[in-house]
Amino acid sequence: MASFFKRGWIFLVIAVLIVATFVIFWRKPQPAGTRLPETVSYNFHIRPIISDRCFKCHGPDANQRKAELRLDTEEGLYKALKEDSDGRVIIPGDPEHSELFLRIASSDTSMLMPPPSSNLALSDFEIQLIKKWINQGAKYEKHWAFNAPQPVNVPEADNDWARNEIDHFVLAKMDEAGLRPNDEADKARMLKRVSFDLTGLPPDLETQEQFLKDESPQAYEKLVDKLLASRHYGEKMAIHWLDVARYADSHGYQDDGYRTMWPWRDWVIHAFNQNYPYDSFLTWQLAGDLLDNPTKEMLLATGFNRNHKITQEGGVIDEEYRIEYVTDRTNTFGKAFLGLTFECAKCHDHKYDPISQKDYFRTFAFFNQLNEKGLQGDITLASLADPPRIWISNEEVKSILTFINKKDKDAVPVMIMKDSSVVRPTHVLIRGAYDAPGDKVTPNVPQAIYPYDTIQYGQNRLGLAKWLLSRDHPLTSRVFVNRLWQEFFGRGIVKTSGDFGMQGELPTHPELLDWLALDFMNNGWDVKRLVKQIVMSSTYRQSAEMTKNKMAVDPENIYLWHGPRMRLPSELVKDHVLASSGLLVKEIGGPSVKPYQPKGIWESSTSGRGVLAYYVQDHEDKLYRRGMYNFIKRTVPPPVMLLFDASNRDQCEVKRMRTNTPLQALVMMNDPMVLEASRVLAERLSLEKSSSEEKIEKAFRLILCRVPGEKEKQIFTKHFGEEKELFAKDEKKAHAFIQQGEYKHEAVENTVELASLMQVIHTMYNMDEAITK
Amino acid sequence: MSKEFLENRLGINRRHFLGKLSVGLGSAALGSLLIPGLFDGKGDDALAMAGIPHFAPKAKRIIYLFQNGAPSQLESFDYKPMLNKMHGQDLPASVRMGQRLTGMTSGQKNFPLVGSYFKFAQHGQSGAWISELFPHMAKIADELCFIKSMHTEAINHDPALTFMQTGAQQGNRPSMGAWLSYGLGSENKNLPAYCVLLSRGRGNGQGVYSKLWTNGFLDSVHQGVQFSSGEEPVLYLNNPSGTDRESRRRMLDKLSELNSIGHDAFGDPEITTRIQQYEMAYRMQTAVPELADISKEPDHIIKMYGPECLVPGSYAANCLLARKLSESGVRFVQLYHQGWDQHGNLTGEMPLQAQDADRASAALVLDLKQRGLLDETLVIWGGEFGRTNYCQGDLSDKNYGRDHHPRAYTIWMAGGGVKKGMTYGETDEFGYNVVKDPVHVNDFHATVLHLMGLDHEKLTFKHLGRRYRLTDVAGKVVKPLIA
Repeated sequence: MASFFKRGWIFLVIAVLIVATFVIFWRKPQPAGTRLPETVSYNFHIRPIISDRCFKCHGPDANQRKAELRLDTEEGLYKALKEDSDGRVIIPGDPEHSELFLRIASSDTSMLMPPPSSNLALSDFEIQLIKKWINQGAKYEKHWAFNAPQPVNVPEADNDWARNEIDHFVLAKMDEAGLRPNDEADKARMLKRVSFDLTGLPPDLETQEQFLKDESPQAYEKLVDKLLASRHYGEKMAIHWLDVARYADSHGYQDDGYRTMWPWRDWVIHAFNQNYPYDSFLTWQLAGDLLDNPTKEMLLATGFNRNHKITQEGGVIDEEYRIEYVTDRTNTFGKAFLGLTFECAKCHDHKYDPISQKDYFRTFAFFNQLNEKGLQGDITLASLADPPRIWISNEEVKSILTFINKKDKDAVPVMIMKDSSVVRPTHVLIRGAYDAPGDKVTPNVPQAIYPYDTIQYGQNRLGLAKWLLSRDHPLTSRVFVNRLWQEFFGRGIVKTSGDFGMQGELPTHPELLDWLALDFMNNGWDVKRLVKQIVMSSTYRQSAEMTKNKMAVDPENIYLWHGPRMRLPSELVKDHVLASSGLLVKEIGGPSVKPYQPKGIWESSTSGRGVLAYYVQDHEDKLYRRGMYNFIKRTVPPPVMLLFDASNRDQCEVKRMRTNTPLQALVMMNDPMVLEASRVLAERLSLEKSSSEEKIEKAFRLILCRVPGEKEKQIFTKHFGEEKELFAKDEKKAHAFIQQGEYKHEAVENTVELASLMQVIHTMYNMDEAITK
Repeated sequence: MSKEFLENRLGINRRHFLGKLSVGLGSAALGSLLIPGLFDGKGDDALAMAGIPHFAPKAKRIIYLFQNGAPSQLESFDYKPMLNKMHGQDLPASVRMGQRLTGMTSGQKNFPLVGSYFKFAQHGQSGAWISELFPHMAKIADELCFIKSMHTEAINHDPALTFMQTGAQQGNRPSMGAWLSYGLGSENKNLPAYCVLLSRGRGNGQGVYSKLWTNGFLDSVHQGVQFSSGEEPVLYLNNPSGTDRESRRRMLDKLSELNSIGHDAFGDPEITTRIQQYEMAYRMQTAVPELADISKEPDHIIKMYGPECLVPGSYAANCLLARKLSESGVRFVQLYHQGWDQHGNLTGEMPLQAQDADRASAALVLDLKQRGLLDETLVIWGGEFGRTNYCQGDLSDKNYGRDHHPRAYTIWMAGGGVKKGMTYGETDEFGYNVVKDPVHVNDFHATVLHLMGLDHEKLTFKHLGRRYRLTDVAGKVVKPLIA
């Protein structure tokens, strides 16, 4: 391998290929090639360059601005130069007299911009783009994401491929690139994909048979409706929201004691299952406590803003940490609802986006009104929920909060939002330091995003929710629609789903994004409807086949010419293994569980204090709950979750990475959970009166969710035969192999056959396709 | 061209040609965790393009012996006889200058100065002051480079530790090891670039957490992989009962056949990667236990590290394992030894902590030296902040405690391109404020990256619109430390 890489010429060829692909696909919504575009657009071509290379010194941050030159505003672009009032930054149509162009094209390194020391050099291509843009009149455009979504005409589609509007937009883009959509996925694979996407669970055999048999045109839609009505739909949808809300079962920071926010998590599942419109879902979480006569459920929903970490380290400075919590809420608000990097503006004005430090603390002021402490008590006095909090009793669970899965008799406390009756003054904190208050500010938002009318909305979190939900708000709907899209296709229409600002990537399908955003609002923020639109589209239903010629044009599937094919998220790997083997306990909600975990992980890192110093593994049913109920101790999250790219729930996270590593292979090969499931499924099949071929085929259908091909059957039959022969030679080994897990053993007479079948099943679980949707 | 740019492209590229060359790549390791050749610093075209290393590295690998909880500099390396002279008298306000205190001592009525209970002497030709608690380190004084002017911004453990490891007190930023894995990759295709070893001492402990070895926003292959010298050195490494190497081989062969069918049908490059990763996992199953097995080390080595090195999970065992990992090409080995938080009973606890840490730390330096590896391996020893010169809690003739002190503390480095037998920086005669050559945590990070051939201002990763660095927006390389 290494010697291969060292053959320079091959590398060179590859490098050229990559550069070509990269130029085409990096950031560019259209394949620009190395040719300059016909019309150069400020938003699509120029701002991405100057934001990235110039705004640091010539952008929104007033303190860093050099030469009083500002390139992020229309005024700044055309204004006179500070040192030469006859000169202009840009003279439309005349690059040779535009200082900006002269500087970026200069051969004199003392004149050249960006300065060589900044490591931000422009490429020739970029310089030529800027030149052409100036030649064409240097028209400025407001950042696309800060304009309200505009009604767009659905493009005509000239073939019968398109099923709904999504397809019209997608096909139009594909046409531009000369790509054609893939055929529809085969029914079995379609069933697996949509089942995992809507419920996080594999289709059982009955569903598989029914669906494959049903040849009516409505078969797929009937299936989708059934999945949307499933109570597991809410669980699947909640997983992403728990990342956004940084949900965990411990307080975080070093002593990291236990907290009981799980009733809030049960509420999220409930909210998705009841299909609460997104406007209510958002309002209740952000400001449920400020609604008129809020119900207990509305108060519970506000737990969203209390999921942040809380310290229990004795001796910390109270105010320092209280400020941290408010900071976390402010940053989460920015990322979760606006898709903006607010956190960049805490210590100084934002370098790229129009969020001044003052704006930051104005927004901060909304979240700064709780009667809360930075340190309520150290770990020895730790509470499960620091005030403000509510207590949820069994009576309430029986009557009004029936979605909470609570079994013990004591009331459970949950942290909520409750503003103090006295307004706490908010100051800009100089350099973000808790002990350096500057100017006093009142609650407000960055005006450049969308103006906030303090009289209309009022100056509290409820006003903030109303502001977000205003029909003309440029971000709220787009950001949510985009993230939902990301969960189905693996990539948002805006790839940087957490950054819709100047440094974020441009939407690949801007018209589609706007159409979806408006449609979502026009239809009452109906989440299930939006989900159904996506999964009913032909775009989603395409085969995942990645043909070489199309891969050569668009390896990242930006044009959506194939259906999604991705490894399952961490939680769903567990769900699939448990469900397909019949072990899954389908109970919803309740306190989190502690399944098998390698010894000593909590113990080797704990301070030794608090109830979570030692990992006490659960037994029986609690071993077989869905992955989303695994106990998350923030300082030491379940290792399998981290290895499979789950969030560590430290902060709001809107997008998970997707890696493919040897440590994941080790988990699938050696995790007792996977081995136990293989054993239990092998036992169950062994008790059935069927041939070994039939048993293998049934296991395959449970795990791969389709009928095996001839070649696959042959491989497994051979595999089973070989294992049987070897286990027969050493029955002790067979006996040792089947000792996996705590689940009760069935009396299977033939240990050798059982062990062989178990090995075959274990191999199935390790197939790439098994854990891929 | 930036490294980040290159890696972005390789993300596309690697999959691309592996898709085409799925045959015959049986030994290829994929993912940056294990990128062979590409990031090994051996002068590929790719590296020339990326400009990495940014200049000739002084060190190839790092072993960071992190002393978790913050060992007192005043009982170890920062000798302050003035404190003994003024023992029991109040800290002069002119020295404290209104600096903030933790919540643990802010309520104290007075702040009696306390001198070291342990004796100091000068050692080696360099004449370094080292207390009697560290006799083995004293013997290698001329190998060590002390920085007595470290200072940090955080006053509590969690933020200070996080700052020391990730360059930021809050937030989910990549740790130092993750940055190095990202920047330089692994030298060994069978081992991760970044390994973490934990041990517990006998003093008051503060927890550690996986956040300290997080990849942050970098690819999760740059996450620190926890190793131990126990029965299962890496999580999920061991085969289940009733299986062996041969049965695993059979399983892998079947998997490879089955996954190839999937690849033929779907052409998804991820499938090829999956096949490779299973092969890699299989190789790790042999390579890692061999490496983690310290029972085969010769007697004289066991003697150097001390008999505790045979106890799995002890600090001494971890030091020995660190040498073996580093010797095998692991870029960054991070140890965390807990128990250094002596708010009280300092004279009781600190000798125990020192006893556990002293001999093995010194042995590691000597062991690397005798193998000719010290020149290319940077060893770092120290905690997250210092301790106060005044007493926390009751002051008796024989015992006292010290609170957290971010304004000055001492760490040492050895090997890997730093000057030998050197002391850099100075605190005032009370050991309270830095009076000469201050080294901020950002400067420390800049210097460590520099020693590894990386410009801390150029090793960046663009995440949500911003280019992040380990040193954030600050940091200066401390040139006088560099040999």
